[in-house]
Amino acid sequence: MELDPLILSRIQFAFTISFHILFPSFTVGLACWIALLEALWVGTGKGIYRSLSEFWTRIFALSFGLGVVSGIVMSYQFGTNWSRWSDTVGNVLGPLIQYEVVTAFFLEAAFLGILLFGRDRVPRGIHLMAACLVALGTLLSSFWILSANSWMHTPAGFEIKDGRYFVTDWWQVVFNPSFPYRLTHMVTAMFLTTSFVVAGISAFYLLKRRHSDHAKLGLSMALGLITVLAPLQIFLGDQHGLNTLEHQPAKIAAMEGNWEGGPRAPLVLFAISDVTAETNRLEIGIPALSSLILTHDLNGTVPGLKQFPADERPDPRIVFWTFRLMVGIGLLMLTVAVVHLVLRFRGRLYTSDWFNRILVGCMPIGFVAILAGWFTTEIGRQPWVVYGHLRTADAVTPSLTTEAALVSLLSFVVAYAIIYGAGTYYLIRLLRAGPTHRHDMPQPPEAQSPKRPLSAADPSIEAAE
Amino acid sequence: MQEIAEGSLLTLIWVGIVGFAVFMYVLMDGFDLGIGILYPFAPTEEDRDTMMNTVAPVWDFNETWLVLGGAGLFAAFPIAYAVVLPAMYLPLLVMLIALIFRGVAFEFRFKARAGRHWWNRSFFLGSLLATFAQGVVLGSFIQGIPVEGRQFAGGMLHWLSPFALFCGAALVVGYALLGATWLIWRTIGPLQDWCFRMARRLMLAVLAGVAAVSLWTPFLLPQIAERWFSLPNLIFLSPVPIVTAVLAFALWRAIDNSREVAPFVLSMALFALSYLGLAISLWPHLIPPGVTVWEAAAPPKTQVFLLVGMAFLIPSILGYTAYSYWVFRGKVTGAFGYH
Repeated sequence: MELDPLILSRIQFAFTISFHILFPSFTVGLACWIALLEALWVGTGKGIYRSLSEFWTRIFALSFGLGVVSGIVMSYQFGTNWSRWSDTVGNVLGPLIQYEVVTAFFLEAAFLGILLFGRDRVPRGIHLMAACLVALGTLLSSFWILSANSWMHTPAGFEIKDGRYFVTDWWQVVFNPSFPYRLTHMVTAMFLTTSFVVAGISAFYLLKRRHSDHAKLGLSMALGLITVLAPLQIFLGDQHGLNTLEHQPAKIAAMEGNWEGGPRAPLVLFAISDVTAETNRLEIGIPALSSLILTHDLNGTVPGLKQFPADERPDPRIVFWTFRLMVGIGLLMLTVAVVHLVLRFRGRLYTSDWFNRILVGCMPIGFVAILAGWFTTEIGRQPWVVYGHLRTADAVTPSLTTEAALVSLLSFVVAYAIIYGAGTYYLIRLLRAGPTHRHDMPQPPEAQSPKRPLSAADPSIEAAE
Repeated sequence: MQEIAEGSLLTLIWVGIVGFAVFMYVLMDGFDLGIGILYPFAPTEEDRDTMMNTVAPVWDFNETWLVLGGAGLFAAFPIAYAVVLPAMYLPLLVMLIALIFRGVAFEFRFKARAGRHWWNRSFFLGSLLATFAQGVVLGSFIQGIPVEGRQFAGGMLHWLSPFALFCGAALVVGYALLGATWLIWRTIGPLQDWCFRMARRLMLAVLAGVAAVSLWTPFLLPQIAERWFSLPNLIFLSPVPIVTAVLAFALWRAIDNSREVAPFVLSMALFALSYLGLAISLWPHLIPPGVTVWEAAAPPKTQVFLLVGMAFLIPSILGYTAYSYWVFRGKVTGAFGYH
C-alpha cells in the first residue's frame, strides 16, 4: 500500500475516533446510572446509593476527561485533513456540530464541576439536577453527532449547487432515513456497554468478597438492564440492517460476503473473500438463511457485490468479519441475560462464582462490539464519504502533503499511547480501590479534594494499592 | 462567490457570534494557560498546587469555547474553516498535542508521586506550546492566506514567518499577564506578592509586544496601513490607541496600589482593545487578504436555523457559567488543595 495523504488521513481519523468513541460509549450510560443513583439517594437517604454514586462518579470523571481531550482533536481534524468535505457539506453539517457544542458540551462541562465538587456547596436538589443535566448533555451530544453521521450515510433534505450542498429542509436533514435506527441502536449499545462494565466490576468484588452490598446492588441493577436491552438490541439491529438494505445495499452485500446476490442466498459463516476473482474461498454457509434474515422470506432476493460497479463497492474483507464479531457479541449478551434469569429465579445469582468469572471476562465486550459495529458501517460506506455523492478520495485536503500527514499521524499515536496508557492505569487502580462507605447522614466538607474532574479520582488510590 | 448580500444583517450577527466565541476563549483559557506558563517559576511546590487549584473547577469549561469557535466557523463560514485549518496544519497539530498533554497533566499530577515532576513539565510545556502555537496561527492569519478556488493554495510551511513567531512570543507574555492578574485576585500571601511583581514586569513586556505588533501590522498589508493612516480614519480610530494607553496607566496604578480585582479586569480590557484593533485592521476580510465575510458566509437558510437556537442557548450558557464561577468563588489557599 502506497502512503499518500488520503490513506494517512483515513488511518489518522480511524485511529483518533476509535480511541475517542470508547469514552462516550461508556460515559453516556454511566451518566444516566449516576443520575439514577443520585435520585435514589435523595429519595431514600440511604448511604449505599450515595457511596455507589461517588465511586462511579470518580470513574466517570476520569473517562470523561480523556473523552474531552480526544474530542477536541476530532473537531479540528474535520478541517485540517478533510477540508474539501468541510467546504462541500459545511452548510449542512456545520450547524449540527455547532448544536452539539452549544446544547451538550457546555452543559456537561459546567454541571460536571458541580456534580463532582459541589456536593457541599449547593443544595441537594441542585446537586441532583446537575447529575441529571450531565446525563442529558451526554444524550443530546449523541443525538446531534449521530444525526450528522447518519446524514453522511443517508443524505436527505438538500440540493447541490456548483458542487456544494445547500439545505432545502432541515427536518429531513436532522431526521434523515437512517438516523432513528442508528440512534436507537447506538444508544442501546452504549447502555449495554456500561451495564457490562458495572456487572463485571460488581462480579469482581463478589469474587474477592469485598464491598458485597455495593456489588450485589450494582450486579442486580446492571443485569436487570441487560435482560431488557440485549433482546431489544437484537431487534433494533435487525431493523437497522433492513434500513441499510434499503438505502445502502452494497454495504449489506459486503457484510454478508455475497458476490452473486439473488434468491435463497445462504448465510455465510466463514469465507475468505477473493476481491480480484470476485468470489469467496473456503465458504461455509447455511442455505437460504441470509434471504430469510434480510427479507424475512426464504426465497427473498438479496443484493450481491457484483451488481455494483467495481469502483462503487466496499471491500468485504474487513466488514464481513467485524459484522460477525458484533453479531456474535450480541448473541453472547443475550445468553448472559438468559443465564442470569435462571440463576436469579433459583436464588443463586450472587453465589455462582463461575458466572461471576464469566461476567468479569465480559467486561470489555460492549466496547469491542461498538468498535466492530462502527468499522462495519463506516468501512461499508466506502468508497463514499457522503453516500452516493462525495467520494472519500475527493474529500481530503488538497494542500496536505504526505510528510505532514505522516508527522501528525505519528504524533497522535505517540501522544495517545502515553495518555491513554496512564489513564487506563489510573482507571484500573480506581476500580480496584472500590467504593467508600457512606452513612445515612451529612458528611464533613471535603476540603481536600481538588475541584477538577479527573482529580476527583480518589487521592487514596495510591495508598490503596 | 454566492448569493449573500453585502451588509446582510444575518451575516453581521454571525460575525459577532463567532468573534465573541473566539474572544471568550482567549480571555477564559488565556488566564489558565497563563498559569501554566508561570508555573515553573513559582516560588514553591505548594504555590504550584494552589495555582492549579484556582483554575481547577473551570479550565475544561474554558476550553469548550475553543470547540465553539471551531464549530462556529465550520457552520457559519465553512470556507474559512476549510481554508484556515489546512493552512495552519502544523501549528494546530502542535496546539492540539500540547493541549492534550496540558489537560491530562492537570489531572494526573495529583496522583503521581515519583513521576510528579514529569506532569509538572508536561503542564508547563503544554501551556507554553499551545499558547505559542495560537499566537503563530494569529500572526500568520493576519499576514494573509492564499486561496485558489475554495481551497488553501500554499505550502505546509506557509505560516512560518518572523511576524508569526513574534506574535507567538507576544501571546505567551499576554496570557502570562492574564494568569498573574487572575492569581492576584484568587490568592493571598507570598504567592500573591510574587504575582504582583510578575504582573508588573509582564505588563511592560505586553505593552512592548502590543506596540511592536501594532507598528508592524500596517507594513504587512497595504490595506491595513490605509485603514489606519488615511484621513478621516486616523481621527476616528485614534481613540483605540489612546484608550489602550489609558488602560495601561490604570493597570500600572492598580498594581502599585495593590488592588486585587482591578488588575485582572484591566488586563482583560487590554486584550479587548487589542482584539478590537485587530478587527479594525482586518474588516471586512475573514480570510485576509482576499475573502470577505460576505463571500464566506453560509447561506441564509443555515444562518437562520442556527440562530434560532443560539438566541436562547448562548444567554443560558453565560448564565450557568456565571453560576458555576459563583459556586466556586473566593480565595484559594494552601489548605484547599493537595499537599
